[in-house]
Amino acid sequence: MKIAVEDLRVRLGGRDILHGVGFAAEPGTVTALVGPNGSGKTTLLRALSGMLPHRGRVRFGTRATAPREAIGYMAQDTAGRAVLTVFEVVLLGRLSRLGVKVSEGDLAAASRALDVVGVAHLAEAHIGELSGGQRQLVHFAQVLAREPKVILLDEPTSALDLRNQLHLLDLVRRETRARGLTTIVTLHDLNAAARFADRLVVLHDGRLARCGVPETVIDDDLLAEVWGVAARVTLDDQALPTVIPLGALAAGSSRPAAPAPGGLA
Amino acid sequence: MTGSATPDHASSWRRLARRRRAALGIVAALTAVAFVVDVATGPAFLSPMAVARSILRVTEDRTVDTIVWSIRLPIAAMALVVGAALGLTGAVMQTILANPLASGYTLGVASGAGFGASLVIVFGAFLPLGEAEAIPLSAFLFASLASALVWGIGRSRGSTPEGLVLAGVALLFLFQALTSLLQFVATPEALAAIVFWLFGSLTRATWGRLAVVAGLVAVMLPILALDAWKLTALKLGDEKARALGVDVARLRMRSLAVVSVLTAAAVAFVGTIGFVGIVAPHVARMTLGEDQRFFLPGAALAGALVLSLASIASKSVVPGAIFPIGIVTALIGVPFFLVLVMRTRRAYW
Repeated sequence: MKIAVEDLRVRLGGRDILHGVGFAAEPGTVTALVGPNGSGKTTLLRALSGMLPHRGRVRFGTRATAPREAIGYMAQDTAGRAVLTVFEVVLLGRLSRLGVKVSEGDLAAASRALDVVGVAHLAEAHIGELSGGQRQLVHFAQVLAREPKVILLDEPTSALDLRNQLHLLDLVRRETRARGLTTIVTLHDLNAAARFADRLVVLHDGRLARCGVPETVIDDDLLAEVWGVAARVTLDDQALPTVIPLGALAAGSSRPAAPAPGGLA
Repeated sequence: MTGSATPDHASSWRRLARRRRAALGIVAALTAVAFVVDVATGPAFLSPMAVARSILRVTEDRTVDTIVWSIRLPIAAMALVVGAALGLTGAVMQTILANPLASGYTLGVASGAGFGASLVIVFGAFLPLGEAEAIPLSAFLFASLASALVWGIGRSRGSTPEGLVLAGVALLFLFQALTSLLQFVATPEALAAIVFWLFGSLTRATWGRLAVVAGLVAVMLPILALDAWKLTALKLGDEKARALGVDVARLRMRSLAVVSVLTAAAVAFVGTIGFVGIVAPHVARMTLGEDQRFFLPGAALAGALVLSLASIASKSVVPGAIFPIGIVTALIGVPFFLVLVMRTRRAYW
């Protein structure tokens, strides 16, 4: 299901958060949504998920709205203190299909999702007893159990260790390709975004700064303009950009505010 | 990935569901026993077997049948029905307000009812109705008024749990102050009547009142049951429930309306017996988890059992007299509840 966004505007609490954003995402591809804090990434995802009123044009395939069960949205905050087992949380991904008696198909979908994500060993644990990273994996399993056409993930790797970050991003890409999903993911790590996404959409102050394949989007000008960071961008042996941050820039300058010896801002 | 149609975790979850159904069955059986003992307990001694025979109409014994059917059964049945209503409303309130302290009484419903009852006790002489009808009616009206106000204020604040709690607590204090004002101006006799009403008592039960409360529970339960999975999803938090397709504001307001009617009916006929509404959901949560298909009936059964036991205790503390059940419920319930909370290793809140 292709997603086409044109001139998307969102106003929240009397403030314009998105001032007319446009881009397109194709089925079977992963789009990474990147940008500094407060640039409107989460708002954009929530608007696409149908949870926020918005103006402008959003099309899912040939339709103006996607059916709720076709969208799998994973919120940034996965905290919660429900006395529910992991299996039950994943099963809730099937919410619109669940009846008083749970069908075999729903049970099988939940089981499959637990296995695919690799959290089956946690199935009988209470969700509140898990670490933040484990909860993130469980909520991703919930998204998969939904068997959606569109996946919207808000910072799905924020609580994950390095190995699980690679595991989850790889899994997202594999599922996207295998099931022809349209996937949009917000990420903070530009290097991970460049390696894992087919396309990047860069937001800055609620506007589209750039969009396209990673190698054309990421360069040192972009880092200075959008993030206010001095950085060296090199290409690796697969011609993918690698960002080496040098330091934060003072507002309005193009030089590092304070040289950071370790290279990280 | 397992290829079979019923992978391991699905069948172990089904086993869990079977265990939960068995637990519900055990609580139901205990409640039935408590019910019979409740009917047997009182100034005139009846054996539980004689009571069981009379209830099931196996044998006929004039004296036993009279005591059982016209005096004790409506009271004992009222304990079950009111206990179930309070357990259920507490469970739903704790879910929709995301707060372990919530019960049907949290949002000013009980204090509204208390004010309504006090109003009739003080000024009832001017009414064309007898007090027996006017007190519950006025209690129900003011409880509903309190709920409607909370509902309206909460809705204008976007139906958030915080908005509802703030509105509810404000009304609670308002109605308490109004009740205090009535107590201040009341005659000593009226003052005593108000205080006694506020204690809560099951002895006000009649077959007619029982039918009203039971009917309301029977009508409201299916409405809640239809929302069971949505309420379970709400336990994950508003944002996640919304992402799963739940219209959170509507679900919260619909459930609140259902719960308010049940609470108002319960409190109107028996006064304030609040503690059941807090303790029953916790007991259900610890034993059954929060899959609402088990949690809601579990909280209702636990409420019925607790109030039935409290009813037995209220008749046993002082032989020949009935101790106010609201006091007994708290005195027995609180230590039991604290032990339960302290003994559990898992964090339920």
